[in-house]
This record gives sequence, C-alpha cells and structure tokens, in this order.
Amino acid sequence: MKKAKFKIWRGERGEGDFVEYDTNISEGMVVLDAVLQIQAEQANDLACRWNCKAGKCGSCSAEINGMPKLMCMTRLNSLPMDEPVTVEPMRAFPSIRDLTTDVSWNYRVKEKIKPFAPREPDAEDGTWRMDQKDVDRVQEFRKCIECFLCQDVCHVLRDHHQHDDFIGPRFLVYTAALEMHPLDTEDRLEALKDEANIGLCNITKCCTKVCPEHITITDNAIIPLKERVVDEYYDPVRKLLKIFRKKGK
Amino acid sequence: MQKGRNRAPGIMTSKSYSLTPRRSFGETLRKEAWWIYPIFVFLGFSAFIVYSTWAAFQAEHYRFGPYLSPFYSPELLGGEHAWFGAKPAWIPDWLPFSPAFLILWAPAGFRLTCYYYRGAYYKAFWADPPSCAVGEPRSNYRGERKFPLILQNVHRYFLYLALIFLIILAYDVWEALWFVDPATGQKTFGIGVGTLILALNVFLLGGYTLGCHSLRHLIGGRLDEISKFRLRWDGYRCVTCLNNRHMIWAWCSLFVVGFSDIYVRMCSMGLWTDWRIF
Repeated sequence: MKKAKFKIWRGERGEGDFVEYDTNISEGMVVLDAVLQIQAEQANDLACRWNCKAGKCGSCSAEINGMPKLMCMTRLNSLPMDEPVTVEPMRAFPSIRDLTTDVSWNYRVKEKIKPFAPREPDAEDGTWRMDQKDVDRVQEFRKCIECFLCQDVCHVLRDHHQHDDFIGPRFLVYTAALEMHPLDTEDRLEALKDEANIGLCNITKCCTKVCPEHITITDNAIIPLKERVVDEYYDPVRKLLKIFRKKGK
Repeated sequence: MQKGRNRAPGIMTSKSYSLTPRRSFGETLRKEAWWIYPIFVFLGFSAFIVYSTWAAFQAEHYRFGPYLSPFYSPELLGGEHAWFGAKPAWIPDWLPFSPAFLILWAPAGFRLTCYYYRGAYYKAFWADPPSCAVGEPRSNYRGERKFPLILQNVHRYFLYLALIFLIILAYDVWEALWFVDPATGQKTFGIGVGTLILALNVFLLGGYTLGCHSLRHLIGGRLDEISKFRLRWDGYRCVTCLNNRHMIWAWCSLFVVGFSDIYVRMCSMGLWTDWRIF
C-alpha cells in the first residue's frame, strides 16, 4: 500500500491553517475516501460535509490543489501524488469549521428570484403542451446539483466579495431555466440587469470549467441572458422599433 | 457595493462569519501550469495587433495579381481599384493614410467585443482574473455594467458589419479565380496557392462569424418557443454547432487572416512565388 501526504485546512470561522497528514492510499480511491480515512484514523474532529459519494448531492465541494471540485469525484490517480494534496474549504463562502462552509447565502439569493409563472393551460385536460425542442434547451440547466462550485470559482464572489450585488453563475443558470422556459410568462430582465447585475460577469468561463455536471453555464445560460438584457436595454434600434410599434397601435 | 473586503454585509449578514481573505496577485494553490494559457493568449493577440497595425500603415503591397489582402478589402479609397477612387485631395499629405484605416475598425471591433475574446483578454491583458482560482492584482471591480466596458454590448452591430465583410471577402475569392494573361490581357480561370489561402480565410472567418453568440441569439435564441419557427430552429441549430467550437474558429481565423496578408505582401514584394495549381 502506498502512503500519500494530504494538507487539510483546519480551523474555525476563517482562522486556521493547513495540517499535514500521511495516510495509506489504494487504487480507485477518491479524495473524499482519503479525507474520511484521515478523519477515522487521525483526526476524529475533522469537520467535513458529504452524503452520496456519487457526485449527485453536491455536499462535498472543496478546493483540491487550488481548484474547486467535488471530493467524491476527484480520483487520486488524477492528481500529482509526489507532493502533498491540499484540501481546503470553498473560499467564496464563510468558513464554519475545517472543510465546511456556510452556503446559506445561496438559498437567500434563490428566494429573491421570481418563481416560475406558467401561462394558462392550453389543453382540454387543464395541462400544457410543449415541443420537446423547446424543453431540451432548458433541460440542461436542470442537471444542476447545487454544489456551488461555480459560485466558488467566480471571481466576482471569490475575490471581490460582491455577494450583495451579484447572484453568481448558479442563479444565472436558475434564472435562465425559468426565463427560457416555453411556458413561463414572467419577465426577469430588469432584475437581471439591476439586482442580479449580470453585467458583473466578465465571461471568464471558470464556472463552466468546474461544473461537475458539465453544464455549459457561460455559453448556454449567461451569454443568452446577457443578450436578452441587450435586447431590452442596450439596443437602440430595437428600442426605436418598440416606440414605433407602440405609436402604431 | 463591497470592494475587496473580507466581511460581506447585507444578504450575508444573517450569519456574519468571515469570508476567507482574498489572495494576492498570482497566488494560488493550483499546481498545474495555469499561466500557459493566458501567456499564449497575450502573445498571440499582441503579435496580431502589432503585425496588423504595421501592415495597415504600409498602404502598399496589398495586391498581387487577382489577390487582395483581407486587411485592405473592401478597398474603398486610395488605390487604383478603389470603389470610390483615389485618396481625396482634402486629406492633408502629412496625415498618414491607408485604405486599411477605413475598414479595419469593423472586424477589429467585432473581435474586440466578441464574447470569447472578452473572456480571454480580460484574463491575459488585465489579469481579471489571471486564471480561474488565481489571485488578482486589484481589489475593486466593476465588470461590464459600467462605462467603458458596458460598450461591449454593441457586439451585435459589429456582427452585422462582419456579415457584410464576409460577403465581400467571398467575392474577393471569386475574383482570385481570374488571372490576367500578360500576353493577351484576357482573364482566364485558374487557381493559385493564393486563391486557396483566400478561400480558407473566408471559410474560417465564416465559421467564426456564423458561430457568434449574438447571431445565435438573434436567429432564434431569443425565442422561448423556437420550435414554432422551422427555419429559425434550423438556423439556431447550425449556429449552435459552430458556436460549440467558437474558440477554435476564433484562433484559426485570426491566424489565417494575418497569414493571408503576409502571403499577398510577400508575393507582391517578389519574395515568394505564387504557384499556380492550374
């Protein structure tokens, strides 16, 4: 059995440091296996959030060798094991203890987004009919497991701490799923511009890079929303046409 | 607005734990060579900007036989074949003039405001951020919601111009198929290496321009029920297909448009020979 070194961040409420642990590793292990092994054998008080171990619950988000990743989906053989593997909590959220962070900000943001508002049912049985093509486009966004890795890597939140001004990629994806839904009637463009401040996104595509569900966040959600905001607020020709249309009525 | 502070109030304050302090410029725990990509982008863009500016100022060696450099197409003013004749007399001699000045701003604006390029050059030239999860040099940040970067929203207008340029450059390829016989003065059909390079240039520019995010939106992305419009749905699918490789198209077309100018210039200066295939 091989030995490997792990540097795990230990501390409370942002105060702390990396502590080095040696542990045995074997083929097929993921970072979460190693962390739980260290917890069982050497650090019983190590705080670490996890649940499904299958990349579907989004609980074990952390930063592994500096990149936001799910611990349960990061195999050790994908990391350079000749040097210590660093594991630290997500930096975009307040640290609670060790590897756990307080992600409740995300839930408060979600509550502020206008919910789904379907049009009147169009079928006799009181239900709706949609074309599969239209549904397919938003289906991708439904894959989100809310691991918040995209929020963590977004420099607007991570480095500039603009949590009060920017909702982050996760909730731009959520808004896109609602806004592009073929049945939805709600208008979220003003909120996107003024409250969500979609203009703060400068398209680094880091969110797309770290998404464990491989959602094309930037190209399929954020940029289409930015274009919709341009339609409404920054396209002078479209504005003129709107005025003429209104006068024509 | 919170600027570079470690405690975010407002929506964060219901539990006011400390946010981890921001990392300093270039600081990261990433172990791979994250700096390669931004350096590649920096060098690639810089080389293109320096060369294209130099080439635009030359105002000569941009035609060879039936070939016209894409940096000078359409040739509106100044040259022998210009659409609107020679350089106007009212332009003073001391002012540098080149037919390229009249047109290059349009494709340059299209690339400058392109969604892919924006993300790339914000990282490479402004380190905002230098790479994902790497510390930044500045603590304040306004993004694209305030002047001057709010002007990036003009991208769709540059797209309209780029589409016109695409048609003109395609016409140039047609022109590059007709060589003048020096003995008879007659135009004859032929294909030279230059024809193929100009055609490749249009092909790659087409892939880049027709895969534009704004075009994807305008052709159908803006509709929630796109399935009701069959043609737009087909167009949307085609643009999406090209858009999936937008970065590759962007770089290949940038390289080949620069090389097309180099090829025509070198042939015109007599340094390279243009081989006729038939």
